Amino acid sequence: MCGIAGLIHRGRTGDIGTEMTAMLQSLKHRGPDSTGYALYGKPLKGDEFMLRFKLAEQDDMKKGFDIHHQVVARRAEVDKRIKELGGKIEEAEPATEYAFRYKIAFGGDRRRLADYIEDVEGAEILSMGHGLELVKDLGDAARVAAQYKLKGFIGTHALGHTRMATESDVDIRSAHPYWAYPFADVAVVHNGQLTNYWNGRRALERRGHRFMSNCDSELIAVYLADRMQQGAELKDAMKDSIEELDGVFTYLVATSDSLGMAKDTMAAKPMVLYESDKFIVLASEEVAIRSVFPHEIDTFDPYEGEVRVWKSS
Amino acid sequence: MTLRTKSHDMGMHTEQLAGRTQQRFFSPEEGENFTYPDSFEVDFNKRAEFDAGPLSPKEINLKLRELMSKGYGTIVMKNPGAKHGVAVGLLNKLTLHIEGSLGYFGCGLIDGPNIRIKGRVGWSCAENMMAGTVIIEKNAGSTFGAAIRGGDLVCMGDVGARVGIDQKGGTIIVGGRAGAFCGFMMQRGRMVILGDAGKNLGDSMYDGTIYVGGKIAGLGVDAVPGEMNALDVQWLTRKLKMYGLKAPNGVEKMQKIVAGKQLWNYDNLEPTEKKIVL
Repeated sequence: MCGIAGLIHRGRTGDIGTEMTAMLQSLKHRGPDSTGYALYGKPLKGDEFMLRFKLAEQDDMKKGFDIHHQVVARRAEVDKRIKELGGKIEEAEPATEYAFRYKIAFGGDRRRLADYIEDVEGAEILSMGHGLELVKDLGDAARVAAQYKLKGFIGTHALGHTRMATESDVDIRSAHPYWAYPFADVAVVHNGQLTNYWNGRRALERRGHRFMSNCDSELIAVYLADRMQQGAELKDAMKDSIEELDGVFTYLVATSDSLGMAKDTMAAKPMVLYESDKFIVLASEEVAIRSVFPHEIDTFDPYEGEVRVWKSS
Repeated sequence: MTLRTKSHDMGMHTEQLAGRTQQRFFSPEEGENFTYPDSFEVDFNKRAEFDAGPLSPKEINLKLRELMSKGYGTIVMKNPGAKHGVAVGLLNKLTLHIEGSLGYFGCGLIDGPNIRIKGRVGWSCAENMMAGTVIIEKNAGSTFGAAIRGGDLVCMGDVGARVGIDQKGGTIIVGGRAGAFCGFMMQRGRMVILGDAGKNLGDSMYDGTIYVGGKIAGLGVDAVPGEMNALDVQWLTRKLKMYGLKAPNGVEKMQKIVAGKQLWNYDNLEPTEKKIVL
């Protein structure tokens, strides 16, 4: 089933960590397997990037003593490779024993850096962006938010996902959101099933894109990244996706300054929307929107084939 | 007070319609159909209010039952918080005011109550409703009024896709716009959409009638335009007046959609009754 949520403050910032946690916790019944966040904080400038990566799955940490030493060794290898390619680690913080948050300065080829880091055993880059920080792990929103200290995360916009695993494994790799490798600051969450996943994946792999999971939702992130790489605007890429992606789906996408939603032509997956001048909130169910609004508000369902994009400024 | 007046006061219908509809309306003379054997005797002048905010959906529904068992015929529910499955399975005469929004499956499986919702409703509102009225003052989600068999279901605002899918009777009225696949496999009853209707309207409909006041994005398989007649105009005028609604260009200019060919193979019997006969 899965639950998705998105919010964007316009012309201001808010405690998006707390807001998104409240929304995702109220959607827990739609998917208890994992919870993920794409949070857009104060953007870094120039060659500075926020890097979120993991070096093992949560489940791996329960399998013997050796994995703890392996993670330490893998982290040292990642540090070495960042420096080797000319990057500078400005801040390094373990979010958990197996997931890390780095602020780096890097002016080189981001795809090369990502590929080189992911060549380390167990390593997966969750996000690399000026503003984007992608956090995902097993468990509900309250647990993940506490584990990664997301309360008080100030930013402009965010995506969130509660996952009921139907198409692939229960692990961090298959959890949403998906970062649109190698594009900085692009993330996607999705509710539904894509029926032309393998055809779409093979076509994109032939164009040089990499897939980290077997989850059909990752196809949307890579598809949008590919279209934008070819020069398409976000909204146009999303409109194309309605025609080219087959199946039933509603998805949300975020970039450094925008939040977008798209709904398939059958309107088979839910989405409720609240829109005001200062704040836009979307979710699979209204109960999530109510979790951030104590007062009465007007909400509505977007229609079949609808694409909308909002900017934070 | 006559039974007929009393039933009208309760918002129930007694009109008998001609034409192809096979919907059976409430008859005040049929006392045995008026209540269920285990329903509560309530007094509409006895009024209660409660705060649904801190309650779970199950607790809310039990609270309604408890109040009805104490004879309260008018109940005001505050702060429903868009929770799912609220006010379901009400097989009783009752006036219920819901001050807020409901989530999925609100007011489903009901038979008899008159409900007014000040907010919005999520997917599948009033699914399988048998009788009574449900009025939503704001918007509604998809599968609005799925498989209803009777009663009036009214949304003053816009609704999502698949309104009245598998509708088997009753009346659905949408004050605004409706999404795609409305009236999919509709079997009986009437649907009124005052705004625009999405694509594949009335797809695979067996019977029943759809009226649209705005533009139709496209008709589904087996749905065809019908001819508006004096009875349609009369019925629409009376029905819309009941709920304070107006067709944007007048009821005379509404489009009527019906089944293009006889896909059904039943008579006055409900499908389940037909099975028994067979």
